[in-house]
Amino acid sequence: MTLDLRGILLFIVGAFLYSLLPSKWRGWLILIVSVIGVYVFQPFLPIRFSDFVLPTLTILLMLAGWWFTRPKDAAFTREDRLALAIIGGLIVGLSLMRFVDTSIRITPSRPPDPLLVIAALVIAAVIIVGGRRLLPINALILVIIGLFVAWKAEPLAAEISRVWRLGTEQDASIASAFDLNWLGFSYIAFRLIHTLRDRQSGILPALSLREYAAYVLFFPAFVAGPIDRAERFVKDFRALPDMRGLDATRFGDGLTRIGMGLFKKFVIADSLALGLSLNPVIADQITSAPMFALFLYGYALRLFFDFSGYSDIAIGIGILFGINLPENFNRPYLKTNLTAFWQSWHMTLSGWARAYVFSPISRAMIKRKWNPILNVLIAQLATMIVIGLWHGIALNFLVWGIWHGVGLFVHKQWSDRTRVWYRGLEGRRKQLWSAFAWLITFHYIVIGWLWFVLPLDQTVRILFGGGA
Amino acid sequence: MTWRKLIRIVIKAAIFFTICNLLWIPVSAFDLWGRVSIYNTVVPGRGRLPYGENPAESYNLSLTSIPAMLASHEINRPKAEDEFRVVVIGDSSTWGWLLEHDQTVAAQLEALGYMSEDGRRVEVYNLGYPGMSLVKDVIILYAATQQHQVHADAVIWLVTAQSFPESQQVELPIVQNNHWLASRATYEYESFWHGNIPDPPSPRMFDSRFVQSTSILDSTLVGRRREIADWIRLQVYGFAWVATDVDQAFSDEITLRQSDFEADTSWFNYDQSQSLTDLAFDPFEDAGRWSSRIPLLIVNEPIYISSGENSDVRYNSFYPRWAYDQYLELLSNEMQGRNYLDLWDAIPPDEFTDTPVHLTVEGTRMLAERIGAELESIGVVRR
Repeated sequence: MTLDLRGILLFIVGAFLYSLLPSKWRGWLILIVSVIGVYVFQPFLPIRFSDFVLPTLTILLMLAGWWFTRPKDAAFTREDRLALAIIGGLIVGLSLMRFVDTSIRITPSRPPDPLLVIAALVIAAVIIVGGRRLLPINALILVIIGLFVAWKAEPLAAEISRVWRLGTEQDASIASAFDLNWLGFSYIAFRLIHTLRDRQSGILPALSLREYAAYVLFFPAFVAGPIDRAERFVKDFRALPDMRGLDATRFGDGLTRIGMGLFKKFVIADSLALGLSLNPVIADQITSAPMFALFLYGYALRLFFDFSGYSDIAIGIGILFGINLPENFNRPYLKTNLTAFWQSWHMTLSGWARAYVFSPISRAMIKRKWNPILNVLIAQLATMIVIGLWHGIALNFLVWGIWHGVGLFVHKQWSDRTRVWYRGLEGRRKQLWSAFAWLITFHYIVIGWLWFVLPLDQTVRILFGGGA
Repeated sequence: MTWRKLIRIVIKAAIFFTICNLLWIPVSAFDLWGRVSIYNTVVPGRGRLPYGENPAESYNLSLTSIPAMLASHEINRPKAEDEFRVVVIGDSSTWGWLLEHDQTVAAQLEALGYMSEDGRRVEVYNLGYPGMSLVKDVIILYAATQQHQVHADAVIWLVTAQSFPESQQVELPIVQNNHWLASRATYEYESFWHGNIPDPPSPRMFDSRFVQSTSILDSTLVGRRREIADWIRLQVYGFAWVATDVDQAFSDEITLRQSDFEADTSWFNYDQSQSLTDLAFDPFEDAGRWSSRIPLLIVNEPIYISSGENSDVRYNSFYPRWAYDQYLELLSNEMQGRNYLDLWDAIPPDEFTDTPVHLTVEGTRMLAERIGAELESIGVVRR
């Protein structure tokens, strides 16, 4: 099950019941639903047990993240013990779905033997506890990045699939990278890296296991973000017991936001996706350049409405449950320069990249007294390449990252040199210039989507070989 | 915000939703919304009726609303002064299964460049639709000629034995979902509305499968949601259709029609010792009635004639020899006094694709030439 209409309705009804619960149960309920959600949202995978193992790995990584970010002198409180017992109990409990009829099973397929699951959890606990004693936080960051690379690079993912298939005595000749769709991992990885890096820099507040797990796995944001910050999330989470139960304002705001998201996602985006949006198949079938351009614009709009609609739904559900997730989009296609676009498109991802890629690289180069212009170029390229590769480790995403990195660099140089002149513009001249700037920015972004949506060889063939 | 305000919003929304549903009832009663279309206005009309088993790849889909289907067709554009409009109806072989829309029999007939006797250029429109049922063909022709006012100057109807058994007539979803249209089509329109049911009434009118129990709720927005969604999808696919010219998804490998058979002599509910008694010939009467002022040419489609195992028993996977031979005789008797062209063995076996009636591009060209020659000989068109 993904976050479809049925799931959204279930969350809305659930939010009403949640509001009627005793206030001190709220945080626990969010933890429980979030842990179960990791398994329920996971789509069925063709490799045996993989759709149970991958969600379990998500939870183990979360536990490792908490253990590594926990101050060494922090007490293992009663709340932590209870949270650990609930998480472990839910994992084992869900593995018991192995013995129930498919009609009532909530896992995507038949889970492995519960005894095996318990043994794996014990081994994982030993590795996590031992790992924390022996290894620095950077080691866990490397493990997360390693898993990310392995899952996002098609040849590596295909190889993992092949080996896994051999292990489960399935046909390895049909192994494919798409066999292992690890739902939510891209977002989980960035949340974990955020907490680990903030622990290293000493700015992460001390979090209980319940708080940490709810932050990393929070069910509305699990599938497609936004990527919240832990210190912001935990502020709302700790305020849950004081939240008014059936608060009309909260329900009004949440439902309005969900309604907007549903319209954007299921009406506009899905309609565009049907027959007015570029994809690799239709790109080779389109017979004229103007139509190709039309479908590229369609793709740009579809991407925005799809993603911002999903964000609206996640934010709306978050509001219903008392968690105000951060905004992810702010009219990005209306911005008049690329920097403003990236401050309003997938804002939580670009904010993450600014904090953990751009700033550290810039600081390091400033320390070494590099040429400031080169400094900006390298930092912006690195940031945008990371954002590109986050979508998938492939050449087209690399080029898309470079496209935007170069664009941001050029805009920075331009605005540094024209700021005074621009401030002097007034009235109609300023309006005309803004319109021109919007036109240039929008089309730079739209052309950039070409690198994003099509494999690189196809884009090159179409652009330079007269494919369309 | 207060709960009172929130509840007021919900109540207003519910009232608005109910009103919209009620307003939809008269709209859906005559499928008025189905006639609204971006085709022939924003994008060009389709070269054949929408039909698709894999919409994501064919940018095409199967609908239940015949008015919406016709509205998306190129025939829905105004007829030019110098145009002689020929409509072709039939099954999937007419629609052009495994053929591009410009390779169908209608398209190839048009490409022959005929003129009408009075000098107008001949434009041929493909109103074929997959499915074996003469009633299906009749209701499409009825909807086109009587409701959409396509102003046809001639009709060509390709048929094969598989479309004739009575049991085949009303099973297709397109017929079931347009029973109101089918009821009118099997009865003369005016007589139906004036309570003067023609004599003898067609038993199909009282077929429980036609007279489906429908409630008022079936005509509301909620009740018609599937049709409305399909209609929206058809409009959206219009852009992909015009951008790609694709309206059918072809699989990489096509399994060719069967050449060797079991020695099975059964055909529908018949065996070799029986006479074919329930073939539906009355749809020809209906079609003839509406097109009484224009020429109607009925063509018995070519079939694949196998020379494989047990081909002495069967012509192909559709037809045992005895049944098809009997059908040929019955049809030719029925066609006395009509414009009839029997092409059952006119196309070489190599020109058939996946079924005994689907033709290759070349086979379709041969068929178009034969039909063109026949139209010429009966004085409908000239070179």
